[in-house]
Amino acid sequence: MPRTADLVVIGAGVVGAAAAWFATLAGLRVVVVDRGAIAGGTSGAGEGNVLVSDKEPGPELELARYSRQVWGEDLGPYGEWWEFERKGGLVVASTPAALAALRTLAERQRARGVVVQEVSGAELHDLEPRLTREAAGGALYPQDAQVQPMLAAAHLLRLARRRGAVVRTRTEVVGFLRRTGAPGGGAGAPAASGGGAGAPVTGVRTPHGTVSAPAVLNAAGTWAGAVAGLAGVELPVLPRRGFVLVTEPLPPATVRHKVYAADYVDAVASSDAELQASPVVEGTGGGTVLIGSTRERVGFDRRPSPAAVRALARGAIGLFPMLASVRAMRVYAGFRPYCPDHLPVIGPDPRAPGLWHACGHEGAGIGLAAGTGKLIAQALTGEATDLDLTPFAPERFEFEEGGADEPRGE
Amino acid sequence: MSHAGSEERAGSSPYRLTFDGTAVTALPGQSVGAALVAAGIVAWRTTRREGRPRGLFCGIGVCFDCLITVDGHPGQRACLVPARDGMRLSAEGDRGGDGGDGD
Amino acid sequence: MVMAAMGTDRPMYDVAPTYDVAVVGAGPAGLAAAVGAAEAGLEVVLIDAGRLPGGQYWRHDEHSTPPAHHHGRLFARLRARLHYQRRLGRLHYLPGHQVWLIDRPRPDSGPFTLRLNGPYDTAPVERDRVRARSLVLCCGAYDRQLPLPGWELPGVMAAGGVQALLKGHRAVAGRRAVVAGTGPFLLPVATGLAQAGVRVLAVCEANPAHGWLRHLDGAVRAPAKSAEAVRYAALMARHRIPYRTRATVTEILGEDRVRGVRLDGGEVLEADLVALGWGFTPALELPLMVGAATRRDLDGSLVAVVDARQRTTVPDVLAAGETTGVGGAAPAVAEGRLAALSLAAAHGLPVDPRAVRRLRTAIRQGRAFAAALHRTYPVPDGWTDRLTERTVVCRCEEVTYGELCRARTDLGAEEPRTMKLLARPGMGWCQGRICGFAVAAVTASLTGRPATAEDLRPLSARPFAAPVTLGELAGMDESAELGESADDADEEP
Repeated sequence: MPRTADLVVIGAGVVGAAAAWFATLAGLRVVVVDRGAIAGGTSGAGEGNVLVSDKEPGPELELARYSRQVWGEDLGPYGEWWEFERKGGLVVASTPAALAALRTLAERQRARGVVVQEVSGAELHDLEPRLTREAAGGALYPQDAQVQPMLAAAHLLRLARRRGAVVRTRTEVVGFLRRTGAPGGGAGAPAASGGGAGAPVTGVRTPHGTVSAPAVLNAAGTWAGAVAGLAGVELPVLPRRGFVLVTEPLPPATVRHKVYAADYVDAVASSDAELQASPVVEGTGGGTVLIGSTRERVGFDRRPSPAAVRALARGAIGLFPMLASVRAMRVYAGFRPYCPDHLPVIGPDPRAPGLWHACGHEGAGIGLAAGTGKLIAQALTGEATDLDLTPFAPERFEFEEGGADEPRGE
Repeated sequence: MSHAGSEERAGSSPYRLTFDGTAVTALPGQSVGAALVAAGIVAWRTTRREGRPRGLFCGIGVCFDCLITVDGHPGQRACLVPARDGMRLSAEGDRGGDGGDGD
Repeated sequence: MVMAAMGTDRPMYDVAPTYDVAVVGAGPAGLAAAVGAAEAGLEVVLIDAGRLPGGQYWRHDEHSTPPAHHHGRLFARLRARLHYQRRLGRLHYLPGHQVWLIDRPRPDSGPFTLRLNGPYDTAPVERDRVRARSLVLCCGAYDRQLPLPGWELPGVMAAGGVQALLKGHRAVAGRRAVVAGTGPFLLPVATGLAQAGVRVLAVCEANPAHGWLRHLDGAVRAPAKSAEAVRYAALMARHRIPYRTRATVTEILGEDRVRGVRLDGGEVLEADLVALGWGFTPALELPLMVGAATRRDLDGSLVAVVDARQRTTVPDVLAAGETTGVGGAAPAVAEGRLAALSLAAAHGLPVDPRAVRRLRTAIRQGRAFAAALHRTYPVPDGWTDRLTERTVVCRCEEVTYGELCRARTDLGAEEPRTMKLLARPGMGWCQGRICGFAVAAVTASLTGRPATAEDLRPLSARPFAAPVTLGELAGMDESAELGESADDADEEP
């Protein structure tokens, strides 16, 4: 492992991989470390959503639109490697009331530049022939897309490696290097770590050696809070469990779009600890159909939950009655890293200068990864960022300690 | 290929099944996979990716290579479904029966 | 549209009975455990995917019983006791039911709910779930396979599948057969084929094999096994079946079906049936589903860890038979019985300590014998050298060795879970049952290390343990989940 770098990225998931790629592209010497394997956490347990349709107008929608553009343009030439598919999202309203709410949301999204086409009940079946006949209508979001997230992470890291980045898996960061003598810093030694909030972060310590770097990016997903804790700063990133059902392989085009029920947006935005379930159904290149999504705050319990699985199946059959006779081959759980305000954390941490964050993307991390990576690279190299990062500032949760008044890094 | 020990079955008449229209006989108690193999039919599924033929492999319900459509039910393990008189077997293909593009 | 309606009314009481013990699998271990537990006075439900008791080892059809030399008399006695306990109403036997999910209110306590369905769409299903306070997992094993060029051709079968056709379905799968791989199980397959009129061109045993009898010297006493070996040798001779040791099939030839095999010396044998087996792989999905600790056994298989009372590391979950290590019928029966006594003791029922001692001795001897076999018939080192760029490793997803190599070198897949996510081996219909051992071995070898239990687990864990329709999932009964999410959510920091 190199002893020095311009940037250490903690986390070889899709967010860390995108940041590593864009930082490498910008000329930085990058080292990526992960305590596990490539895409071994949340990236390996999602559905590959690149959605603009499920976001309320606001900072996350702006980031989603931007990131969708980065997936399609900056990363467009490589899209085949990670099965990037502009399949479009089809949001289905079951009742006239839900349809009215969907129309209202669509109108507000359209005002923010999202492409939305209203779809009548009859037109739904031209788009999705196997969809329920019960639906009142829907909305088509042609910008919604899908990627295979594990392949995306792995290939972005491969691209970065080709430009000189170094990737070290099974390498856990156990502490940060801090600059001595800095206010509030550790006691003398450059290897002092933890508890030294305020002292600049100058690298990481791992069981396989240290890497000195002026910038360290925390892209540890659901475990980002613990990584931040090693630097003595609090980051309220918590796991929110989601299950995905995988069906037996079905003929191509059985399900053509990313199809979900209009109440999905409410479930995404909910802060409720109870099980939230709203069906999201989509086909994959492998022929399987993926069925999400549930959200519940239960810590890191991976055991299949009958209640969640039942909710997924019911929701999917509600959208596609033909699925009732289709078999599920497996179910898997992932943990969405979420923050209390459901916005990701992107940018430098003024409480520990040199420490940066790109985490807390909740269930949208795949879609938001490309944009997040590019924004981080811009900010790291001192460029003006394409989007204002203020809404995603790491210290925004500090208001109780008055931390929000502190200067926000460079 | 044959029905081994079929002389033990003196007295009980074999079942008559069809596989894609072809008549196949089965001894009571045999799986449809065993009946097909005994009739010299060793492949009835085509793989999705390479279009390759498949039939029985593990023979005990583990490998799912022998998937077949039985009386309109797709995705059945031929090694586990007991043969019944009059069964219609067909090569595993499109799930046309589950909803169809035209409905 | 059916929307998820969570938090719906829960019944005030659960009408389904809760058994003292659910035994999964009616092979040698499961039969012994279920019968033993029922005879000790426990309320037992015995769940088995097969239509008839006996498992793979004592496979038979309605018109025959397993021959006496396969511990057939033992089987006949166990079966008689099974039916007697059923008549007494102490044992509920559910043949033709597969377990697709086991859940529990908490990881370490509370009754288990086992969700069941039939092995095919129109199979009669008596119960879609049972509840039990404890489990005995006796899930058995199936042939271990090592990929080789052409093994996906029709006409190539698992040795156990060929045997199942003969014993359970009275069908033979070809006219000219080659039986290849390693282990003594190749012999009954070859002689069974010959007795059914098939010309067996060769049994290709990859190992030197003469070590078997040598390993039997000393502490290990297994007269029944030795007699069996002598009997098979006589049968092999009578049917003029060449037994070739240190002989490996390196390639299977044919276009749309098997036409022959090439041996490592280059010799080609023309055949229309190839039976392959490299020992056995225990079915570990249920132990892993309930969270039991596992280890890599002497033969390289992942097995459940059990203590001297057949208890796994999960409270109220016991395991017996191949689930705890491939060893054949004799130790499996002893372990099943011991599991039953162990449960009886846990329920405060009287248990004869001499019986426990006898069973432990039988298990120790059986395991020592199995260890001798594992040492004599190992998976040969270097088998991955025969794989070519285009050799299919994962049959379901048609993932080739070349694709695994590229996922390793280009994409950084260093262990099987990542390999699975990046190259899709084990993601198809069988969920890694067939290719799991091979993918673990290939991934480890590409990473320059031996395969470990850690490598085997990702391709052995399977939620669900059997395919289940979305309709069945949607219709799952809710009464069994009291306290589930509410309790756990309280732990949230």
